[in-house]
Amino acid sequence: MRRVAITGLGAICALGRTVSEVAESLRAGRSGIGPIESTDMSQMRFQNGAEVRGYSHQPYFDDRRADFIDRFAQFAVIAAREAVADAGIEWTPELRETAAIVTGSCVGGQSTEDIGFQEVYKLGHNRVHPLTIPKTMANAGASHISMEFGITGPSFTIATACSSSGHAIGQAFQMIRTGQTDLALAGGSEATFSFGILKAWEAMRVVSPDTCRPFSKDRRGMILGEGGAMLVLEPFEAALARGARIHAEIVGFGMSSDACHITQPSAEGAARAMRAALRDAGLRPEQVGYINAHGTGTAANDSSETAAIRTVFGAHSDHGLAVSSTKSMHGHALGAAAALECLATVLALRDGVLPPTANFNQRDPECDLDVIPNHSREAQVEWAISNSFAFGGLNAVLAMRRG
Amino acid sequence: MSDDLIQRVLKSIAASKRIPLETVTIDSSFEQLNIDSMDAVEILFALENEFDIAIPDDEVRSVRNVRQMCEGVERLVAAKAAAAPKP
Repeated sequence: MRRVAITGLGAICALGRTVSEVAESLRAGRSGIGPIESTDMSQMRFQNGAEVRGYSHQPYFDDRRADFIDRFAQFAVIAAREAVADAGIEWTPELRETAAIVTGSCVGGQSTEDIGFQEVYKLGHNRVHPLTIPKTMANAGASHISMEFGITGPSFTIATACSSSGHAIGQAFQMIRTGQTDLALAGGSEATFSFGILKAWEAMRVVSPDTCRPFSKDRRGMILGEGGAMLVLEPFEAALARGARIHAEIVGFGMSSDACHITQPSAEGAARAMRAALRDAGLRPEQVGYINAHGTGTAANDSSETAAIRTVFGAHSDHGLAVSSTKSMHGHALGAAAALECLATVLALRDGVLPPTANFNQRDPECDLDVIPNHSREAQVEWAISNSFAFGGLNAVLAMRRG
Repeated sequence: MSDDLIQRVLKSIAASKRIPLETVTIDSSFEQLNIDSMDAVEILFALENEFDIAIPDDEVRSVRNVRQMCEGVERLVAAKAAAAPKP
């Protein structure tokens, strides 16, 4: 089996429109959470989100092309462009024919769908815009990336709610590892801020009325986010041979399903996914120095995840294992969450700066881990994992090594 | 608390949880009725529709049994009546 290198990074989210902007925000512990501007929030019980503030397609797409691409898929293409440029890929006909694209998205082009349904249900019109279907489909991100670069190899999209892009990156990792492809673009994107879907989140009563405070005793729920993150993966040896910059290495991938409850997390399921990732990577628990937690900031997730981490890492949980939730800064970007968090983990390994859990106020005995409260920490970590635990109990954990 | 209000709350819980009405009483706890967090938000949705009220998240955090739920609904219904314009 081949080793797998991450040679390209791309991102757009509330923390910035490029990887270096995102890295700077993570390092500074600066949260991108604020009042939601892109949707009328006057009838909503919560007001805050982690938006790509002031986003317009214009610097990225001409008007006619943008007509065809929902905001969520625009984010996918923007992140992919940066990742491909970063990796310095020289396209050849052979590479275009064999390269793979695996994206994750939870809700696809929901804002386009929302507008279409308002037309017929609310405004009483008798027709919906003809591009509603191709803009809404969850695979639109993968499709537009393939058209952007002329990639004609295997391309598909995985939808596992909040784990979507974790499963996507894991799948791409396995494709490189087993020799199915020599280049993969993997990640995810999401654009969650449309009225109908925000109402649905409101009804679940899991969104915080103020901000996202993972692992803090006074946490009051999650904060929704949006954006996209994409990675370029290739065989480690090939990356070395062409002199590519290796940001980090993916060394393992673990999956599990809770088989328990459609929304409540299971510590056992989460623990099994982490164990599977460590086993796949050939790592002992005490070798892991940093965990980018799923850390949603809900009462249930953070205590359950803490219990799972303690089960897997035992005494190491109190001795040298740092854990943080960057959702405290970029929000919960659903299908893009795992990709953004994988990126944050790569940056932590590469730059030797562990991102903090922002907005942290008060220790919770049920979340008694070293959660890097509020301020990033300089630390050279060799191995890290990134946790994603979805609604529906579908879990994905990526293990990474410093490049 | 009026019997009518209590009955409507009990019916909303039974219908939402799909359990016989006679199993739900004002003295039932959520634990006895096997109501988990997702069941609870569904019941709140049913009550908001039944009484045409909006139930704030802060109101529900400490609610653990049917009686507290009835009391909360009664308070919100009264607040709504007080806020309504006089005929």
